[in-house]
Amino acid sequence: MSTLLEVDGVSVSFDGFRAINNLSIQIGEPELRAVIGPNGAGKTTFMDIITGKTKPDEGRITWGDRNISLLGMSESEIAMEGIGRKFQKPTVFEDQTVRENLAMALRNPRGPFAVLFYKKTREGAARIEEIADEIGLSDSLTRKSGELSHGQKQWLEIGMLLAQDPRLLLVDEPAAGMTTAERELTTDLLKRAAETRAVVVVEHDMEFVRRLDCKVTVLHEGSVLAEGSLDHVTADQTVIDVYLGRS
Amino acid sequence: MTNSFLMRNPSTLWFLLGLSLFTIVVTALSDAGIGVMSTSFVKTLGKTLCLCLIAVAMDVVWGYCGILSLGHFAFFGIGGYAVGMWLMYARTEGIVLDSFASQTIPPTPQEVTDAIGNQIFGVVGSSEFPMIWAFSDSLILQLLLVVLVPGVLALLFGWLAFRSRVTGVYLSILTQAMTLALALYLFQNDSGLRGNNGLSGLQNIPGFEDTPQSTISLAFFYASALAVALGYVLFAWITSGKMGSVIKAIRDNESRVRFLGYHVESYKLFVFTITAVVAAIAGALYYPQAGIINPAEIAPIASIYLAVWVAIGGRGRLYGAVIGAAFVSLLSSWFTGGGAPAIPLGFYTIQWTDWWLVLLGLSFVAVTLYAPKGIGGLFDYLVRKPS
Repeated sequence: MSTLLEVDGVSVSFDGFRAINNLSIQIGEPELRAVIGPNGAGKTTFMDIITGKTKPDEGRITWGDRNISLLGMSESEIAMEGIGRKFQKPTVFEDQTVRENLAMALRNPRGPFAVLFYKKTREGAARIEEIADEIGLSDSLTRKSGELSHGQKQWLEIGMLLAQDPRLLLVDEPAAGMTTAERELTTDLLKRAAETRAVVVVEHDMEFVRRLDCKVTVLHEGSVLAEGSLDHVTADQTVIDVYLGRS
Repeated sequence: MTNSFLMRNPSTLWFLLGLSLFTIVVTALSDAGIGVMSTSFVKTLGKTLCLCLIAVAMDVVWGYCGILSLGHFAFFGIGGYAVGMWLMYARTEGIVLDSFASQTIPPTPQEVTDAIGNQIFGVVGSSEFPMIWAFSDSLILQLLLVVLVPGVLALLFGWLAFRSRVTGVYLSILTQAMTLALALYLFQNDSGLRGNNGLSGLQNIPGFEDTPQSTISLAFFYASALAVALGYVLFAWITSGKMGSVIKAIRDNESRVRFLGYHVESYKLFVFTITAVVAAIAGALYYPQAGIINPAEIAPIASIYLAVWVAIGGRGRLYGAVIGAAFVSLLSSWFTGGGAPAIPLGFYTIQWTDWWLVLLGLSFVAVTLYAPKGIGGLFDYLVRKPS
């Protein structure tokens, strides 16, 4: 397992509030990693920084085999580097069909003229079928994604991530609002994805994290409080104090 | 390719069919046919087609891509001015040469130029040709300017605005400011475009002095119909397929599209610029039929009307924009032209010239609140698939 993403000493403040404070974290490839922490620990800001939505005040973020810096790259450039992101609230394009949503995410040239003259290919169609099958939406390809259930929208969004074929998937609370059966399918999806790439899951739900059965990073007040297996971090007294102790 | 594209988009085919039928009916009723339709009404219909074309462009930029531009009528006006400069120059040149023809000594080129300048700019107390008239003696160059000036302006403005991630109502205000600045500039007598007099006599086409207006009006009507057809097919093509997917996605959730790896700004710039160019072409066809263009045409209110037409017709469907523009603009000329009878209430008489705008405003509010799909939404009931 080689290091894919290295976040080194990153800090960011909003109006004097330090959302991220000297945060350092390494993600390997392939790897499944869970990031947990109480509200306001900086989990979402952490993702915002990696994906280019928020610019850090200091620190370095290096990516890939050539150790390039992600700082100064735009959101779309970072996405094209191979970092996909799933938002907390399912954000699929509700006005469009499941197929259109997946087709937009497929790994193809992204320039306006390439897209304007884009022709559907058999490989693309096959890939869409394959992903739809994996996320359990084979029968819904022609449906408007706005008609899907909450859980299905979450899967569609994960499917869109897979279609992008990223090396790193950032997944924000994938299990929120899901039934137990839906959660199991989601766990399987993420575990399978993590066999070939890096997957970082931000999650509140400890039961879900336990099922992921992976290395856990605990964030607190914008920096890493503890790291290791779930049993290891839940036994840590400081973690119990700041996080588990409150719940 | 176009063939299969049209086959996959039956609504475009239906639109083209309807437009062809409309053209045939108008020809049959005009002086070229049984002659019951007046030349001025043919011009009104031709102008309406140009308004439909700019409405389709507005629908693409607003209804599909979510950019509420309040500046597209400025591009329309620039197109009109660009073609109007040639019309005015060439026609004045003809008149001046005619008047010199009776002299025994042939005039020098300088005398001709001065006389033309005097004719055109005398009204603003000048006879000098401003720089921007440098190409006005060439139809081809002025036609190039019809697309180049709005294209470059839209590209520059859009690049600055989108790059700074100005969106939503702020962008609307910015486009409106651009429009207002342009109109105010043109209102000045030293703008080089005859200030508030604007350009006039545009209905007289140089080289066709002996052709009756009834024939010219039909020719422009056909040209407008062709432009609408081509513009409609172009935009139907752009808004279908993957491009359509991406621009609708930008409308619905711009930042999500960024995380998919699309450079949102390029897409907005593309849509903004191409619609600006089409709007300018519509303007270049409109003003020779209107006969006159002045800066008041470019004032921000015109672009607001444009948004109202598209909203009433139905955003996000091209035929909705056509319906809205045709319906509202024809209704507007009926009401404000004294066609609608005044309603005496005893204590007060409703004069539609005053009250039409109130009615239009109320319809806009009503459509926004109760029928967000507009008039075009009615078609959903016609073609509803059995579920």
